[in-house]
Amino acid sequence: MPAVQPLIRPARRGDIPAVTALDAQITGIDKATHWQDLYEQKSKAGPPAGVFLVATAPNAGEQLLGFIVGEIRAWEFGSTPCGWVYAMSVSPDARLQGVAAALLDTLAETFRKAGVSKMRTMVARDNPLPLLFFRGEGMMAGPYIQLEKDLL
Amino acid sequence: MKLQIASRLAIYAVLELVANPDRQMTVTEISNKFGISTHHLAKVMHTLGRAGLVRSVRGAGGGYQLSSNARRTTLLDIVELFEELGPPGADSNGPGHGSDEAAALDLVLREIDDSARATLGSITLETMRNIIQRTRTRATQ
Repeated sequence: MPAVQPLIRPARRGDIPAVTALDAQITGIDKATHWQDLYEQKSKAGPPAGVFLVATAPNAGEQLLGFIVGEIRAWEFGSTPCGWVYAMSVSPDARLQGVAAALLDTLAETFRKAGVSKMRTMVARDNPLPLLFFRGEGMMAGPYIQLEKDLL
Repeated sequence: MKLQIASRLAIYAVLELVANPDRQMTVTEISNKFGISTHHLAKVMHTLGRAGLVRSVRGAGGGYQLSSNARRTTLLDIVELFEELGPPGADSNGPGHGSDEAAALDLVLREIDDSARATLGSITLETMRNIIQRTRTRATQ
């Protein structure tokens, strides 16, 4: 039972500084331009092609509890259209209260309404927290293998 | 990937305890359900008990209960009690040790091991229960 019933809504331009601050708190890297650009890009595309949602506390201040960004990707190396979870973060103070699950559910519903039947994401295998979360939400390994190569 | 028999028995037994949180399960009950050796399962339960994943309750109506958190305990926690999941350099004394070919092969095998470890480490007992439920639902559809 969540202690906080978060409000899930589309991000507004005014949310981006709080999104940037939360991401910097988690990753240790300030990416203000990235989040601003991503917001503009997703707003322009609009759902379901671009979805940028925030979870806020149900109070007048609408304190940011977390956010999720997704998009519909189609025909990457032959893949039929699927919903892609691009980024997600929840404030450490708001964890274990169902915030991430509420964000993911809302995003999944957006994808479902758009007619896609799969949702995918990418998680570092040495980062157990998001891995455990997505597994707990029913996600399994997909049919693609992520590959990389050193360029330098 | 193939797990050793002890690992599989341990996972089956622990999942049975997760599914029956309000009672103690005997080794006989669990072994009957899965058609496995009581003797082998008893040894497995002893190892699980020493690791603190289960506790035994003695006396009439006694048996085993889960003593770990099903939302925190992963398959990797169980499997590692019974087998080594190919730690890096596991074949460092094997044939061809020290050759470039062995180093290249180790690199590829490590990729497989890392992936297996990440998968087992990301599936909690609760997640396994959910997977079992989904499997049942699909089977009845």
